[in-house]
Amino acid sequence: MFGKLSWSAIPTDQPIPLVAAGIVALGMLGVAGWITRRGWWTLLWTDWITSVDHKKIGVMYVLLGLVMLVRGFIDALMMRTQQAMAAAGAEGFLPPEHFNQIFSAHGTIMIFFVGMTFMVGLMNFVVPLQIGARDMAFPTLNSVSFWLTAAGVLLLNLSLVIGEFARTGWLVYPPLSELAYSPDVGVDYYLWAIQIAGVGTLLSGINLTATILKMRTVGMGYMRMPIFCWTALTANLLIIAAFPILTATLAMLTLDRYLDFHFFTNDLGGNAMMYVNLIWAWGHPEVYILILPAFGIFSEVISTFAGKPIFGYRSMAAAALAICMLSFMVWLHHFFTMGASADVNAFFGVMTMIIAVPTGVKVFNWLWTLYGGTVRFSVPLMWSLGFMVTFIIGGMTGVLLAIPPVDFITHNSLFLVAHFHNVIIGGVIFGAYAGYNYWFPKAFGFTLDERWGRATFWCWLVGFYLAFMPLYLLGLMGATRRMQHYDDPLWQPLMVVALGGAVLICIGIGCTIVQLVVSIRARARRRDPSGDPWNGRSLEWATPSPPPAFNFATPVQVEGRDTFWTAKQAGLPAPGLPEMPAPSPVAVPVRSGTGFCIAFFATGLGFGMVWHIWWMAIAGLLGIVGVALRLAWRTVDDTELGADAVAAAYLARDREVA
Amino acid sequence: MNPSLIGGVLDPRGPVAANEYQILQNATLVMLALIVPIIVLTLVFAWWFRAGNERATRKPDWDYSGPLEVVNWMVPLMIILFLGGMGRVASHALDPAKPLPSDAPPLDIQVVSLDWKWLFIYPDAGVAAVNHLVVPAGRPLRLRLTSGTVMNSFFVPQLGSQIYTMAGMTTTLHLQADRPGVFPGRSFQFSGDGFSDMRFNVDAVTASDYDAWLARTRAAAVGLDAAGYAALARPGTSAPRDYRLAEPHLFRTILAASTAPAPAPASHPTH
Repeated sequence: MFGKLSWSAIPTDQPIPLVAAGIVALGMLGVAGWITRRGWWTLLWTDWITSVDHKKIGVMYVLLGLVMLVRGFIDALMMRTQQAMAAAGAEGFLPPEHFNQIFSAHGTIMIFFVGMTFMVGLMNFVVPLQIGARDMAFPTLNSVSFWLTAAGVLLLNLSLVIGEFARTGWLVYPPLSELAYSPDVGVDYYLWAIQIAGVGTLLSGINLTATILKMRTVGMGYMRMPIFCWTALTANLLIIAAFPILTATLAMLTLDRYLDFHFFTNDLGGNAMMYVNLIWAWGHPEVYILILPAFGIFSEVISTFAGKPIFGYRSMAAAALAICMLSFMVWLHHFFTMGASADVNAFFGVMTMIIAVPTGVKVFNWLWTLYGGTVRFSVPLMWSLGFMVTFIIGGMTGVLLAIPPVDFITHNSLFLVAHFHNVIIGGVIFGAYAGYNYWFPKAFGFTLDERWGRATFWCWLVGFYLAFMPLYLLGLMGATRRMQHYDDPLWQPLMVVALGGAVLICIGIGCTIVQLVVSIRARARRRDPSGDPWNGRSLEWATPSPPPAFNFATPVQVEGRDTFWTAKQAGLPAPGLPEMPAPSPVAVPVRSGTGFCIAFFATGLGFGMVWHIWWMAIAGLLGIVGVALRLAWRTVDDTELGADAVAAAYLARDREVA
Repeated sequence: MNPSLIGGVLDPRGPVAANEYQILQNATLVMLALIVPIIVLTLVFAWWFRAGNERATRKPDWDYSGPLEVVNWMVPLMIILFLGGMGRVASHALDPAKPLPSDAPPLDIQVVSLDWKWLFIYPDAGVAAVNHLVVPAGRPLRLRLTSGTVMNSFFVPQLGSQIYTMAGMTTTLHLQADRPGVFPGRSFQFSGDGFSDMRFNVDAVTASDYDAWLARTRAAAVGLDAAGYAALARPGTSAPRDYRLAEPHLFRTILAASTAPAPAPASHPTH
């Protein structure tokens, strides 16, 4: 009846996951109780869970990313603690089978469910506003994407208490991840969580690309889009091209594990290096999927807070496109040590270094954007400056790793770990924080507290350097990654410093939460009635905060770059606001439970497959098909907001401004 | 700190490691020459053009300069051209499969990664060792590597160039220790629960000490045959151990185990 699932799947002998699960369960009960007391269940269902409004979906993505940041960071803290303890014969507090799950979960969570959700969330929220669209190209599909991601998150977190997670590293390299070496359900959890979330990401990529290509407002030519839209376009093109590779690769591994195929096994003609090639053919574009939107955020922030248009707009767009294309031609640098010929290694080494050229151009252009500006040191700008300083150090070590003979002595070492945290934290996480602080007032109508924002920034910046500069050195001293213990006592002091850095980052994450709570409590005082708290340049700042469901009451006419800025300079009314006389009715997409229901059944499918509960898997699959068919027969896609409702969305704002 | 105390890549003890470390240093210096000024300029620009500074000259509409655009593209391009050229030359010069220039003939050693230990086979001398690699200093080594289990990566940081070990495939790596010494090595590719203990020491000894070790091992040590290998291949860690090689084609057998078309059915009688 329940396949491989039995009571023994619950790790009653391990206190850490049980306590963690207990805290999470209590937290969820608390939230549920609070919602019940306030009587918000209906509101939650109609206004959020079934909402197809890109702004609300964006907010939910970012919230999910923040929650998973906490989960992934707790893993990081445990790893750093273990490595600070387990030197010269000491075993630390985590046995290998637990430690191995933790680093695997840390990588998986941080890439798929923190970096990706954060960036997709910000793109969701911002892109339609910036191009003057009323919603995404496919609003219901957008909801499906989000809920599939949430289903992946749920499956991954279930592995904490029911069974176990993969113990193979975040990319589950075979043959270690094959049944012969990983017979438990850990890898299966990974496969189904990532497959389900991956489909969501692919659909989201299609949706955002279609939105940028087809939904731009009148006069919004490609060369008039804000740079963030350019980088979002390139990132989503990469999603469309790369995620099918991930799906196919994981499907082959799934066939190996479930149906005795031998794509990547050690025996019967399997070839594990095929998997390694394929996974990086997705994996390298993936890191650019994360970093390109971050580049866009920094472009917006630096330009806004320097009070200048972005310098070298065409170069910025061209550089993003160049990075987009080049990122597909470098995957082999992840395994120079495979033993390929010198010509192959040299080719991929040079291609990798070439990516540093458009990236360098971007850095120069940010520099010239600052030059001659009137720089306001608000929190988003501080993140951007922290990024510029930190990221180029990571870029330098990246070019070092791209030289094959240097890679031979640094590959898989803590030097490599330091490098990719240098670019992911210094690039993606700093970008996410910059975007979060920058667009929060747009989403909620009040600004975030500056003091706690600064505290968050300094904790992260200093914490990052403390945590990862020792790792560069440790890597050169011969320390590899993923060690549960090591014997060289000389490494321990550096490991302790790294732990100190992690603790500082932990305080930074605490400050993030305090900042949110403090700002919400002071929301009346922090209210931004203008909708334009930063003296912004692009169209999202022309709308009230939070923007109405339809974003713009009247179609926006765009005459050039930085339309809103130009309008403000000329003393014109903000584009897209209702003009006199009264506005006309607006059609908005109807809300839909499709996404939530599909994700519900997808979770059942995944869980059933993980535990070989075949009836549950079949029911999940049929449920997905059923829900999709029901949507296909839907006859009403839009609902009309009357002119009165449209006008009402602006009345409150106008009262406050007056 | 003294590099010999720190060890690792920072204290190279062979020609491969020394060359690789040299390239690492050169490339770092070239790039520092670019990124240090950028970091300084970032901070200086941001500070000088701060909103409160009345002495700063504002150019609120300045968003393009042709000559500057050329500089933007050409500076990174020039540096990457230089480093790319260097990388290409170095890839060929330090190709792990390329023999090292030496008067002495290379010593053949076969390397097998197991769960979770390293097996070193000396085919010509007829000995083998687990988690313990004895080599003559000053003589080039020709390593052929494979895996009896999942993928691992063989790396002795002080000798340079790591390379993967993969079941059913062999990789080739040329290394050399210049002078006698003990150099720690380990697996650099995560391979499961016992991964942290997949360590070994390279004992680089003089030619006469090496010959003495060979003689001692051949005379005294336990023989390693197919059954012994099967026991060794079972998951678990191991202390350093020396063997007499009782099965001369062991490496080929290990390799073939992964490339065989299909295992014979257990019930099928073999003659």
